[in-house]
Amino acid sequence: MRAAHAVAGMLLCLTGASLPAAAQERGDAERGATLYQQRCGACHSLDANRVGPKHRGVYRRQPASVPGFQYSAALRKLTEPWDDERLSSWLANPTAMAPGTAMGFRVPQAQDRADIIAFLRSPAAR
Amino acid sequence: MKALLSRAVPRRVLLNDGGKVLSAAGLTALIGGGIAWSARAQATPGQDVQLLNAAIALEHEGIAAYTIAAGSGLLKPEVVKIGVIFRGHHERHRDELVKAVQALGGKPAAAKSDKEYATQLNVAKLKTQADVLRLALGLERGAANAYLGLIPSLGTSYHQVAGRMAGDEAFHVAVLGQALGEPIPTQGLMFGG
Repeated sequence: MRAAHAVAGMLLCLTGASLPAAAQERGDAERGATLYQQRCGACHSLDANRVGPKHRGVYRRQPASVPGFQYSAALRKLTEPWDDERLSSWLANPTAMAPGTAMGFRVPQAQDRADIIAFLRSPAAR
Repeated sequence: MKALLSRAVPRRVLLNDGGKVLSAAGLTALIGGGIAWSARAQATPGQDVQLLNAAIALEHEGIAAYTIAAGSGLLKPEVVKIGVIFRGHHERHRDELVKAVQALGGKPAAAKSDKEYATQLNVAKLKTQADVLRLALGLERGAANAYLGLIPSLGTSYHQVAGRMAGDEAFHVAVLGQALGEPIPTQGLMFGG
């Protein structure tokens, strides 16, 4: 039994698949709301097109689909809706995902991206 | 860079048996800069024009915000004076960014009207001087973070100017935070990340 626990523990360490870690992957919307204001707020709002398009309802929305916002040609080429994976890739390196985009701002930490996405997915931003 | 690597990585790791330097990919993996390295390799003037124009748009909005605030009647005269100085900083940023875009052969982003900025910033909800200062603080904090987060995507020629602008924004944050009585952050590395 002790050996089995040891093996299970090793596997958890190797895969990083502890329950708290799995929960962290879904993100903390409350922390994400603060990060959104501090990191995204220079250019974006939930309800107004500014330097970037408004974000209310962006989760699962088609790219380049906010009325009244003039998107770059690079953004108009994207076709898949903004889900967790694509939002995370975008925030990690937008110019790699859509070369020619006007957004260069990156969020390098995976946890920060998960939290911001959790906020965008939450009722407060839907 | 060579000196930095020499300190961080044992010489035997940098050289293989034939004395050849590691490949660029191997070197990149060692210093953990894969994404930034590849982005720099892909950097193009057209991409930089797009990114710099977004920064110009941000500065246009900041300039308008201080103009609107100064004329709001909500600020004490001494606060207006500081706001006008900060607006001058943003005008300097805009001018430098415009020169950079023009040097790359691009067309600088145009400003919207102050009325449009007033609408998108929802200034109608501002009722007190503290409301105005909180709006300014949020924009300045966001701008400091925006410039720092932008640097890895920009061509290296623009890293320093973006860093300098982030420094100015951080100065504004400190002054506005002090005016609003915000506590001094207890942890370092308070911007970017």
